[in-house]
Amino acid sequence: MADVQTSKVKFSFSTQLRENPVAQGLALISPTFLYLLIFMILPMLLVAILSFMMRGSYGNIVYRFSIGNYTRLADTLYLRILAYSLGVGLATTIFTILIGYPLAYYIARAPTRQRSILLFLILVPFWTNFIIRIYAWIMILRTEGFLNTLLLNLGLINVPLDILYTPTAVLIGMAYEFLPFMVLPLYTSLEKIENAQLEAAADLGARPWRAFLRVTLPLSVPGMIAGSILVFIPAMGMFVVPDLMGGAKTILVGNLIRNQFLVSRDWPFGAAASMLLMILTLAFTLYYTRKAGFGGEELLI
Amino acid sequence: MSEKKPALWLRIFSYLVYLYIYLPILILVIFSFNTQKMNIRWEGFTLKWYEVLFNDSNVILATRNTLIIAFVATFVATVVGTLAALALQRYRFPGYTMTETVLYIPVIIPEVVMGISLLAFFALINLQLGLTTITLSHIAFNIPFVTLVVRARLHGFDKSIEEAAMDLGANEWTTFKRVTLPTIMPGVLSGAMLAFTLSLDDYVITYFTAGPGATTLPLRVFSMVRFAVTPEVNALSTLWVLTVFIILLTSQIIQKRQAQN
Repeated sequence: MADVQTSKVKFSFSTQLRENPVAQGLALISPTFLYLLIFMILPMLLVAILSFMMRGSYGNIVYRFSIGNYTRLADTLYLRILAYSLGVGLATTIFTILIGYPLAYYIARAPTRQRSILLFLILVPFWTNFIIRIYAWIMILRTEGFLNTLLLNLGLINVPLDILYTPTAVLIGMAYEFLPFMVLPLYTSLEKIENAQLEAAADLGARPWRAFLRVTLPLSVPGMIAGSILVFIPAMGMFVVPDLMGGAKTILVGNLIRNQFLVSRDWPFGAAASMLLMILTLAFTLYYTRKAGFGGEELLI
Repeated sequence: MSEKKPALWLRIFSYLVYLYIYLPILILVIFSFNTQKMNIRWEGFTLKWYEVLFNDSNVILATRNTLIIAFVATFVATVVGTLAALALQRYRFPGYTMTETVLYIPVIIPEVVMGISLLAFFALINLQLGLTTITLSHIAFNIPFVTLVVRARLHGFDKSIEEAAMDLGANEWTTFKRVTLPTIMPGVLSGAMLAFTLSLDDYVITYFTAGPGATTLPLRVFSMVRFAVTPEVNALSTLWVLTVFIILLTSQIIQKRQAQN
């Protein structure tokens, strides 16, 4: 008797599922939703709460409300780190635009069958490990490295250049890491531009440069913004490149957060710094996506 | 865009950028065969560093860990993420916009923030850091990327084929297995490949969730690189680059073949 009843319940449940698209949708989405709720949303909420707590004398967390961590962030020392990170993030973004734009333009104008190969060639090195890519640059830039040896042998310099462990090295490393994030969205928006639009500009008497400034450039702004978001955000939080290429002199927000969590064990303060970083990057993203008039969907696809 | 011949300076500039992209890797590969330990000047050809590498028990253990994590995380994230892509592409349900927003978190939140969040969370629930916590974290950042990729592929999917199958008497499961899955398979595979490479590559989140016992290849490479330049790292890098190149090339060829059929 009981068996019959359960099968009846099962039957009605499955018919309900078959006829109810909302239930179907919820059933398909729930694993993702629950997983990300537990392993992404809850941890971030925890950090938000943590940022209002206090550090005990042994690196433990004292559960008492305080805004002390945030007022501490207003100290000149930390403001300087923040300004420096913003500077590095912006410089990396501009650098990747300067290198990436002509390249994306070139690929978008290449014959159709060459385009996928050219894009593929940009991606290949970046599917290899990113620590390895940094290591390659360390080999090139260090005092006895490839670049100095070359320049010394050519007689262009007499004393080896000190590039590694300077902000310049950090910038070179960052730009190298994030270049594809800029090229891909730029290519996508440049490739979409119809030939007819450029011909129309030419027919109306626009010289190539003018057509570029008035037609191509404005139409590629969404790609540039998407690329800037994809470069600026990881660049702001990066601590590995400064660690390996910047020496002890270069401390970015990412390094600050890491140190609070793993070295000085002041989790609440590290949490507050993380919140600040998160708010900054979110504000940046929202401002620019609104400005470009598109949603997040176009960011990656 | 038009196929007009690009200006000469543009062509040269682009070749230089490709040089900028490939030169470091080329140097890395060449110097993995160098006899000199300090790796400053080319002195002669050797395979010594590969031998050192294959006998380095730390590297072997790290490779094993990395592969275990990558396979498990890729499998779970691909299954879960594909379901989510189907849900978002085909259905409307309460919480739709919120889920979409949540899926963009790994794109718009710096990795370091995700890393420390997970570290704090695992500390709170008293889960000991190790392979389990790394894998759980990798699944979390992989799901959104799989969903994005699969969804992009689902975009042009014609629902009428499924309806036709149903009309011919196939039930949901058969329709899914015989019609839907084969059609979305290329998308699912490229989602899985992205997840696998992200997992192999990840340093930041792994660093925070690894604990003292579990080392992955990126963590191992980092600690080798931190203190000295050694050709062993070059050998490891060369093998890594070669593996990735072969995988990418094969998948490109498979995709081309599928497109032709």
